[in-house]
Amino acid sequence: MNFIAFIYEHHAEILTSLLKHIYLVVFSVAIGILFSIPAGILLSRHKKTAEKILAVVGIVQTIPGLVMLGLALILFGVGNTPALVVLSVYSVLPILRNTYTGLTEVQPGLIEAGRGLGMTSTQLLFRVELPLAVPSIISGIRISTVYIVSWAALAGLIGAGGLGDLIWTGLSTYNTNYILAGAIPSAVLAFLFSGLIGGILRFVTPRGLRGNAA
Amino acid sequence: MINLLQYIIEHLIIVIIATVISVGIGIILGIIGYWIRPLASPILLFSEAVQTIPTLALLAILMILFGLGNTTIISGLVLYALLPIVRNTHTGLVSVPPAIKEAARGMGMSKLQRLFWVELPLAFPLIFSGIKISVVNSLSIAVIGVLIGSGGLGYPIYRGIQTQNLNLIMSGAIPIMIMAILFDYLMSVIEKRLSRHAK
Repeated sequence: MNFIAFIYEHHAEILTSLLKHIYLVVFSVAIGILFSIPAGILLSRHKKTAEKILAVVGIVQTIPGLVMLGLALILFGVGNTPALVVLSVYSVLPILRNTYTGLTEVQPGLIEAGRGLGMTSTQLLFRVELPLAVPSIISGIRISTVYIVSWAALAGLIGAGGLGDLIWTGLSTYNTNYILAGAIPSAVLAFLFSGLIGGILRFVTPRGLRGNAA
Repeated sequence: MINLLQYIIEHLIIVIIATVISVGIGIILGIIGYWIRPLASPILLFSEAVQTIPTLALLAILMILFGLGNTTIISGLVLYALLPIVRNTHTGLVSVPPAIKEAARGMGMSKLQRLFWVELPLAFPLIFSGIKISVVNSLSIAVIGVLIGSGGLGYPIYRGIQTQNLNLIMSGAIPIMIMAILFDYLMSVIEKRLSRHAK
């Protein structure tokens, strides 16, 4: 098989691209998480402003990924930085929205009960609201990660490296081997991330919510 | 300006063709999953798996199969659009109240009559909201088609990136955002009417 010979010959290049891809995804999703969860908590305390802010962030999300990458390229030049900025921005919305929905959908009765136990609002947040919102937050992270694996492939276009680079080389030289060497690992990567986070999701869902939660 | 209009029309045509095809396939798959219970979860898993595959990867693989051009991007969009439509069709059909299904059966309706006269009309608001999600997604995914040689608004955007021309990028991006927001708004209005009607 031609393709297998190709993989063998180029395994170092494919491995580097794969690692670079993983780095892009993990880094930008981490930034997304660090920003979105505190922001989501803050928004859940100010529901009126929250709806407006979420609507604006939703509009930003309708900007096609290629456009964002183009803008970042013009603003920050070629390379890692523009890609990481764009990917981080994109990872925000799903996590932010799910944190917000998760927190606002906690049953008022449960918060009431917590308050009745004499909990302070910080205790309520960390012992009642956040644990109940965790499944929703994690599924937001899952959606974000799958998206970012996909967007990171586009980032190859602006010189960020990663598996998109291989696909892009393949597309521009009409080389099927390069296309497959980039496409198959990136698809597998998306499935692995999705499955892994799905596993975590099942693990962290509070016992009382299991069975009825997604 | 004339060029831009041409790109907009081309973009819309690609999205509309893809949506029509995926609505057809999606609703049929949803019905199959509803009628034949054991097939429901494989069908849903398949459409979910397709959506997990990175866009560029899927399109590049499709290009190997279909070559350069609009067929490739349309088939890619069809695959991506399936999940919301299949899932909402299935959920919509499953959640038709059993009493209504019973009543339809009691009136002597056949399986097909029940589907077309009772179950699909009741599930339609939900199916429609699946279609809305698909259309809005397709508008922005279609941009990537330029990388596999299809037309549409991806072209000015990509040219703009290559020449680092902000105006050119925006001339492609703004129509897409306007269309996405417009479709989202109009279809949400229709969606609300439909669900009020269904009640």
